Parts: sequence; structure tokens; C-alpha cells
Amino acid sequence: MAKIATRESYGQALVSLGHEAKNVVVLDADLSVATKTCLFRKEFPKRHINCGIAEANMIGVAAGLSTTGKIPFVSTFAMFAAGRAYEQIRNSVAYPHLNVKIAATHAGISVGPDGATHQCNEDIALMRTIPGMVVINPADDIEAKAAVKAAYEYEGPVYLRFSRLPSPIINTEGYQFQIGKGVLLKEGTDITIIATGLMVFIALEVSHLLELQGINARVINFHTLKPLDHHMLQESIEKTKCIFTLEEHSIIGGLGSAVLESMNPNNMCPVHRIGIEDSFGESGDAEELFEKYGLSSNKIYEKILNLL
Amino acid sequence: MENSELALMSNKIRQDIIKSIHKAGSGHPGGSLSITDILTYLYFEEMLINPFNPNDLLRDRFVLSKGHAAPALYSVLANRGYFKPGELQNLRKLGGFLQGHPEMKHTPGVDMSTGSLGQGISAAVGMALSFKLDNKENRVYTILGDGELEEGQVWEATMFAGNNHLDNLVIIVDNNNLQIDGTIQDVNSPYPIEEKFKSFRCNVIEIDGHCFTSIRNAFKQARQNKGVPTVVIANTVKGKGVSFMEDQLSWHGTAPNDQQLSLAIQELQEEALLWQK
Repeated sequence: MAKIATRESYGQALVSLGHEAKNVVVLDADLSVATKTCLFRKEFPKRHINCGIAEANMIGVAAGLSTTGKIPFVSTFAMFAAGRAYEQIRNSVAYPHLNVKIAATHAGISVGPDGATHQCNEDIALMRTIPGMVVINPADDIEAKAAVKAAYEYEGPVYLRFSRLPSPIINTEGYQFQIGKGVLLKEGTDITIIATGLMVFIALEVSHLLELQGINARVINFHTLKPLDHHMLQESIEKTKCIFTLEEHSIIGGLGSAVLESMNPNNMCPVHRIGIEDSFGESGDAEELFEKYGLSSNKIYEKILNLL
Repeated sequence: MENSELALMSNKIRQDIIKSIHKAGSGHPGGSLSITDILTYLYFEEMLINPFNPNDLLRDRFVLSKGHAAPALYSVLANRGYFKPGELQNLRKLGGFLQGHPEMKHTPGVDMSTGSLGQGISAAVGMALSFKLDNKENRVYTILGDGELEEGQVWEATMFAGNNHLDNLVIIVDNNNLQIDGTIQDVNSPYPIEEKFKSFRCNVIEIDGHCFTSIRNAFKQARQNKGVPTVVIANTVKGKGVSFMEDQLSWHGTAPNDQQLSLAIQELQEEALLWQK
């Protein structure tokens, strides 16, 4: 199965967008080779603005640019966007509901060897709490490219979460992406697995393992964490007896929390949140970290069997 | 406008500031009064603006980075015709559009939402950059407090403005030497600031922020300056124009009571008579 990191998909999508939309500008904080905005810079050097290692100012500059009709895509690592520049995003971008796209790469523990300081497992939680912010965490190359296009077409602030780790391509050409609309990947009758980002592929692997045990899992991709697809969630509650959420993010404030918040008190079911358990990461290969922190398909498969 | 006309307008705006903060029961008179003369000059003389179409694309932009001086901005906008002066009575009131700190979505004439110190200057830099990218003539002005210079983001923004040759940007520092907890020196002094801005490749002009001749000359010089942003260090008096508020820390964020209101207005009206003669 072909693999590509969604940061790479982002860089490529920016180049296509740059050709069709002259008002798109790209800002980076000295990480353009890692965030892949260097691809855009190569094609459109005048519209690529390197703000240096100064993320707070970069977000404000993007806000100012957007008030004059530009559509800025602002990139750095998730830690330094959602983390360091949280308040600039809240007050300078989201409060005036400006048309700024915050495209953060290197989210989650899959960052790997750089270790805990660079592994942001809290960004979804931080961004979700901001009024009016759209939060998108694409699963693969095709979805990431579609998300960039959709974010451009949407008027208002969007947080896009991309990964460093190459991930398998699970969607096919012609895939239709809609902000706030979940994707049903597999029908099932026993349990529902809702996943986001890199965990979507793992959810599919887990469902195959469960199938061998006679457990029929419904698999859903929630690429948009906010607004959440409430309708598809309700459908799952009706069709299966419990829900497992899978995310490469803290179980506090991420997908699992969003699912719980979205529950209708008159129509509930048990929800088991699987993600990073209130801890920092550490250095290691992404695969090793997934194993250690319980996010590999085997670990999740075992956990689900134990919980059922 | 002649200096005397500007002084008279400034006097009127000061009265509106005091009245609106009194009516609101809270707000920041000290830092509003210290920037009144500069703000009056910007909106009545310097900037290319269109109060009848606040979103005119050709307009110059203004960002009040020290957003807590909102009553000064609102009083200037009202007197310039952006909205009815009666709205000033609704400052900080539920349902009104004059928020405690400037909000661009609902207040005609406000170009950027500000209030969290250090952030407005970055937005102003972004606007100036946009005009440069498109070879447009629009100019961008922003006012910062001297206490605000303690925010690291200010220097990130200044570094970026210097490095990107934003000569269409004028950064004004309201140098009134007081912040909430004391004098700038007592709290955490960023001085010397002239040298700092110069080292970040800015054209620095120091003026008396209450002298219209100095203000006029500074902005003229800023227009002639090419290749780097201009910083106007405006030496001001916190609470300027109301004797009992001048240079008084206690008037940073306190509303006048009824008696203080009438004293202040009486004083300002007497001063206005002098300008009218």
C-alpha cells in the first residue's frame, strides 16, 4: 500500500491552490522544509513569507494579511501553533473570525525521535475550545489534499492537523470531502470504531482482526473534530452497542471527548476512549511509540477484546 | 486643520472620553487621554479615510495595539462621523457595539480587534506587508503603550517589519511612563527604547505627543522615510488634559464619579474657551 505523509500532501496541495488562487499566501516559522511549505516557496517565492522563529508574531501577521483580503495558510509544528501561539490564534484570528488557515504539521507522538517537546498531543483539545474554529485531522494523502481545498473555500478560521509519519492511502480518487461530515468506511453491527487522522488506517486493521473473532465492527472516519458529525454518531449509537474512539492525541479534550460531548442524553451508549493517556511522549520510532503508548493495531485489538 | 482647530477637536474628544467612561462605570481614562492628541491628528489630518464607507479598500489602516484606550478611539470615530456620538453612552454596555476593547466586526471604523497587548502591532505589520506585496499606497498606523513594549511579541513584530522594509508602517509609542503596577522603571523597564528600535532597523523620531506641530512634523518625516518602518516615540502625560488625572497611576483603569466628572468637564470647557479665542 502506497504511503505518504500528510505534511507532504499539504505542501503539494498548496502548490495547486497557489496556481488557482492568487490571494493565497503562505507563512512559515523557519520550518518550511519540514512543514513542506518549501514546495510552495519554490513555485511562488513572493507569496511565501518566512516569519522566522517567532510564531506569535506570525499568527498576528496572518491576521493582518487576512483583513486586506489575502487568504493566509500559516504553518509550523502543531506544538508551536496550537501551543505557543494559542492566545494569538484565539484573540487575533478567531475572535474577529478572520479567514486564516492554521496548517500545523508534526502533530502527535508519531513525530518520533524529536521527543516530548515536539510531540503535541493537546492541539485538538486547545483548538476545539475556541469559538468558531473548524478543526480537521485528515487520515491520508487524498483526504489531506481535499481538506486543504475545503479549508480554502470555507470563509473563517480553520485548524488543519498534519503528520510527519508517512501513512497508507486508504481513500480513492474521486473521494468527496465535506467539512463536518464523517466518512463511513465499513458497516458493522456489534461495535463502532470512530477514528481520526493516522488512527483511521489502524481502525481498519483492528476491524479485520476483530472480524476473525466474529466481532463485526462499524468503522467511521471523523476527519472533522469540530463541527462533529452528530448525525452519524447518533446512527452508530442506534446500530451498535458501544463506541471506541481512536486518536493520536490525549484522551482529554480530543475526539473521544468530542464524541462524549455530542451524546444526546436520551440516546447514549458506552464510549471507550483510546488515545494518549494523560502523559507526555518520548523519543523513539513512531512504530515503537505506537506500541508502547497502546496505539498499535495489536494493542488496540487486545484492549477492545478485554473491554467487551 | 490648523493646530488650534485640532486642539479644539482634541478637547471635545477628551470630554467625550471622560463622559463615556463615567457612564460605563469602568474603563481606562489615563491611557486614553495620553493618546488623544495623536489620535485626533491621525483621523482629522494624517490618514486617508472614508467615514462614509469604513471598509473602503483605499483607506489607510489604524490598529490600536494598546486596546484598553478604546474610549479614545471610539470618541475620535464618533466625532469623525463613523457612527452617532450618542453611541458613546453605550460604551461597555450589554448589547452595544462599543466593547471594552476594540472589536472590528461590529464597530464601524475599527480595523482590527485588539486588547491583548503585543498582538495589535503584528496585525498592523501584516496589513503593511499585504500593501507592499500588492504595490499599494495604503499606509498603516499603530499605537502601542510603553508598558506594552515589555511583551516579547512587540519585538518579534518590529524585527519582522524592519527586515521586510515596511516603510508604509508607523509604530507610535505612547510614552507616558506609567503602567498598572507603577512606573515603567519600577515594573520591568524596556528602556532605552530608541536604541532598541534603531537596532531593529527602524527610523526613530522622538516628539512631544501633545504638541501638534511636533506631531505634524513627525508624520511628514515618516512619509518621506524610505526602506524602513518609522517609530514615533511620543512623550506623553497619562491623563493629559484633566489636572487631577495627570501623571496619576490611580487613573489607569478607574472611572470618574459624578463629582470628578463635572470637575473634569468644567476644566476642559475652560480650556476650550482659550482655544476658541
